[in-house]
Amino acid sequence: MSVTAVASPHAYMQAQARWTWIEVAFWLATFLPFWLFPDYLVLASQIAITALFALSLDLILGYAGIVSLGHAAFFGLGAYTAGLVAKHGWGEPVSGLMLGAAVAGLVGYAASLIVSRFRHLALIMITLGMGLLLTELANSLHWLTGGTDGLQGVKMWPIFNKFRFDLYGYTAYSYSLIVLFLCFLVARRIINSPFGLSLRGIRENPLRMPALGASSRSHLRKIYTISAVMAGTAGALLAQTTETVSLEVLGFQRSADVLVILILGGAGRLYGGLIGAIIFMVARDQFSGNTPQFWYFWIGALLVAVVMFLPNGILGGLAKLSSAWRSKA
Amino acid sequence: MSAALATRGLDKSFGSLVVARGIEFSLPHGARYALIGPNGAGKTTLINLITGMLRPDSGEILLGGEPITALPPEKRVSRGLVRTFQINTLFPHLTPLEAVTLAVCEREGVARTWWRRVSAYSGALDEAHGILSSLMLDADCYRPTRELPYGRQRLLEIALALATRPKVLLLDEPAAGVPRDESAELFAAIGNLSRDITVLFIEHDMNLVFRFASRIIVMVGGRVLREGSPDEIAADPRVREVYLGKSHARHG
Repeated sequence: MSVTAVASPHAYMQAQARWTWIEVAFWLATFLPFWLFPDYLVLASQIAITALFALSLDLILGYAGIVSLGHAAFFGLGAYTAGLVAKHGWGEPVSGLMLGAAVAGLVGYAASLIVSRFRHLALIMITLGMGLLLTELANSLHWLTGGTDGLQGVKMWPIFNKFRFDLYGYTAYSYSLIVLFLCFLVARRIINSPFGLSLRGIRENPLRMPALGASSRSHLRKIYTISAVMAGTAGALLAQTTETVSLEVLGFQRSADVLVILILGGAGRLYGGLIGAIIFMVARDQFSGNTPQFWYFWIGALLVAVVMFLPNGILGGLAKLSSAWRSKA
Repeated sequence: MSAALATRGLDKSFGSLVVARGIEFSLPHGARYALIGPNGAGKTTLINLITGMLRPDSGEILLGGEPITALPPEKRVSRGLVRTFQINTLFPHLTPLEAVTLAVCEREGVARTWWRRVSAYSGALDEAHGILSSLMLDADCYRPTRELPYGRQRLLEIALALATRPKVLLLDEPAAGVPRDESAELFAAIGNLSRDITVLFIEHDMNLVFRFASRIIVMVGGRVLREGSPDEIAADPRVREVYLGKSHARHG
């Protein structure tokens, strides 16, 4: 504290955006599964995908205060787009990924025209409604999506004609991790930018923003579209790495899960969604063996406990602990 | 030269409750006007009408001679019509430096930029720090707003408004809730504002009103009862009756 108290405004802002050693350690640790858990690379790749999805939600929920119960809509759009182009003869992963992201982004922009006008309960209902709407649409378009049978026959080409998707998930995890990291860099840059500062302003006090001459709605439209692009990217990754798309990618369950993941990890901290995804996915993998649905009992208990005792999620609790530790020392 | 801010025949009612009726006034450039009146006179409503947070039923608002009645609030701000709030309307988890920098970036039109860091905008940061220093908030500018003492938060209200480079500044009870000795300090800061800024402030403390206002507008029941110099207002029997009389009786 005493160090920042004398810092110049410029140095202070620079320090805010600087990479900390914990962050560097976190990203180095993402390589560990290659050596420590080579049998779990498929799971690791799913975690990276879920983490990217949670990161996309964090951008709107944690930074702009947009609550969404239908974020899987964009995940699903990305998944179906990537799956469909691969099924119909274009199995090139990187362009498929970009196409999935673009379609999700386009629909996200259209949705943002509505979403940016509402707050609170109305917002939850609208996003929920849009999610349900898209699920049923995909269900009824059986000829296109395969309906409840899922999209079959997705065949991916090797990445850059070189890295074949293998059974052990080696390529899948490498690919997902790289995409996650690139998107994370973008998200990190956004939150440290003037735009990110305005988003935090909207989250902190939407009433004050117009009184400062800010057009909150255009900011909200922009971040919602960016978030949809990232969610679509995550969905496309899932379709490409699993070579199948089921209706579940659009479903309410996925929207609810990602919200739980973000709240558990801590919203508005970039890493909250990543930590939450690791905990959630590993716990599901470990507990869901015999009774697939019962493990939600434990997730429910954990969620209640975290919200009661760590209102800012696990990362928020850790941050509080470490600052208490530092002020003591 | 046209007035910095003027209204013509502003009317507003909520159902049968009339909160503004035929309000007309005109602030010359650089003026220091006080808006006084008993509780429920419609002072804050008038500020909400002028800044566009409420839409008048009829009437016109002119900023520097230009009609702004149809503009949304944020457009009025970018034209230089800015307010502060009676109840702190701040960003609790942002530091004062971040909050004022936000306002500067919005004014400069760089708030849409997401690919450059805030720290790259040294000009905006220095300006924000300068505004905070001018209000003696520089020592607190790296602490989260919610941790600041209440009086400092009131100053930050003004700092945020100044960051928009206002031409006309509407201060809604800037010293609301601040202890008497601190409120004098706060008004000293307001008194030091550049004479390029036209100021209209709502205040209940008559000592402060008579000290800092060059003219006073008295509102009662959604109407302008009287406008005049402090001496004229103090001497007006109607004003004494509806406002000063009652308030003196209450305090006495």
